[in-house]
Amino acid sequence: MANLAPAVLRQASRLASKSVISAAPRRGLQALPRTAVAPARGVSARNYVTGTKRDSAQVQTDTAIRLDRQELEKSGLILDSQNGSAAHVSPMADVLSQATKMDEGQRPIYLDMQATTPLDPRVLDAMMPFFTGVFGNPHSRTHAYGWESEHAVENAREHVARLIGADPKEIIFTSGATESNNMSIKGVARFFGRSGKKKHIITSQTEHKCVLDSCRHLQDEGYEVTYLPVQHNGLVDLDQLKAAIRPDTALVSIMTVNNEIGVIQPMEEIGKICRQNKVFFHTDAAQAVGKIPLDVNAMNIDLMSISSHKIYGPKGIGACYVRRRPRVRLEPIISGGGQERGLRSGTLAPALVVGFGEACRIAQEELKYDTKRVKSLSDRLLRGLLSLEHTTQNGDPEHFYPGCVNVSFAYVEGESLLMALKDIALSSGSACTSASLEPSYVLRALGNSDESAHSSIRFGIGRFTTEAEIDYVLKAVTERVGFLRELSPLWELVQDGVDLSTIEWTQH
Amino acid sequence: MSAVQAAIKPESAQKVLSLYRQLLRQGNQFDAYNFREYAKRRAGDAFRENKGVDDPRRIQELMQKGLKDLQMLKRQTVISQFYQSNRLVVEGGISGKDQKGHGETVRQKETGWD
Repeated sequence: MANLAPAVLRQASRLASKSVISAAPRRGLQALPRTAVAPARGVSARNYVTGTKRDSAQVQTDTAIRLDRQELEKSGLILDSQNGSAAHVSPMADVLSQATKMDEGQRPIYLDMQATTPLDPRVLDAMMPFFTGVFGNPHSRTHAYGWESEHAVENAREHVARLIGADPKEIIFTSGATESNNMSIKGVARFFGRSGKKKHIITSQTEHKCVLDSCRHLQDEGYEVTYLPVQHNGLVDLDQLKAAIRPDTALVSIMTVNNEIGVIQPMEEIGKICRQNKVFFHTDAAQAVGKIPLDVNAMNIDLMSISSHKIYGPKGIGACYVRRRPRVRLEPIISGGGQERGLRSGTLAPALVVGFGEACRIAQEELKYDTKRVKSLSDRLLRGLLSLEHTTQNGDPEHFYPGCVNVSFAYVEGESLLMALKDIALSSGSACTSASLEPSYVLRALGNSDESAHSSIRFGIGRFTTEAEIDYVLKAVTERVGFLRELSPLWELVQDGVDLSTIEWTQH
Repeated sequence: MSAVQAAIKPESAQKVLSLYRQLLRQGNQFDAYNFREYAKRRAGDAFRENKGVDDPRRIQELMQKGLKDLQMLKRQTVISQFYQSNRLVVEGGISGKDQKGHGETVRQKETGWD
């Protein structure tokens, strides 16, 4: 079986070699200007391009090396050797002489598991049949093509439901957690706001952008929204929540696990408060499902948003849990053929749904193993990072999901540290806001200063992270934080024992 | 019962070991570093975790699961070898490019960039 791939490749390249004759002159022309640069710096113009023979298409060493060279040039590793003697011999000689200096790969380590996670091969394996053979519309009731798709979809629905302790009928498939959040918040608010009686929503300041934006949208429609502040550790104050609930409150929306600092909110207590006050409780559990044990009945959750690509499933699919007893009524955002209990019309994507279901099944099966593993890696990382001088962990050190480690490196600019850590894929906060240079609003809500919020970096650890990667990250971060601090005049002052808050900066 | 177990055991122990070896070998075929390491680690941990199981029915269940996973690994490692990407910074290999090793495929172009 292992030999299958090379065999197929060989066959493919044999086929390709037939067309090589027609392709050769074009490739020669393309390559000409690029190779002409190298000798120009050396001696006279000399052409290194030789015609491609029929057989040389089999190995393609030339192309491979040239790719190599481009890659190296891009990373600025070939600089001065052009003047050396190697340049006269062949364009690949200097590449090879340089290459020995780089004994490692170039692809960064992925440590941004809060943004998204890689697709588990087991999930892909479950999805493949639905991309190739089984293509029926799961809503077709009149033929076997539809039945087999529907069967698979219902199976997946059961896996999702079991993961959160719900009934399969309560799961609505959507395009992702953002759509689920929109659907829940706007749906509940509009349904209960129609009579004009319940026009108040409570949420927290550290919610995901899509929840905050949905709420702001509702504000424009005339609803009232309370944005609960959070304590310094990122947790919602339950007394404040109790005080904020009014007779006309329709919905409380508080996320289970924060995407930036990883704190776990006390779901059970919040659920109890909401149930006592007969207010619907929605939670954005995109970062929590499959990572910490959740039970919608024990926690009195009425609506829950779930995302597939945060639990090693495919992107483009998610689910919304909508409680049936007591029934939560929503006004659908998308109307149409009445699929998914009429709450989210549109044909389901069986392949994605099946992948999502499989991801949930694996997450449940592996929950214990993964938790243990992530915890041990996280402890290793945290211990290493906090042993550096002037580093602090953001969020509650007790109630946080270990896969999300948010650390502030004082006197280092977070964005410049990210630039210095090109070989590690990290983020300073949510992927949605990573394009802007503004400090994270979540960290600001915790009461952190602008400087501290600017110097924070989030490390996401997942199922496929290895110890070697963590050790590499620790080494790289230690080195580069030290380097950047050496450059910083503030750091010099701190080393001299000056308290920075006492300095009166002159205004310009 | 114990007689049956004793009769089954030697054969099944060998089968279990063979499955373990096959899983490790197949998992090693993953091109992606993270998946490769995970496959090897998970197989090892699962076998170690269930070392003490001696209920023949449970053993058979676990064997079935292992065989199913082996089938999956065989398919997925091939896919992984078709769509290769650069090596990670923690891995060896010159500039992240593949070197011709022992009968492996050699990456000819970077997939996933354009």
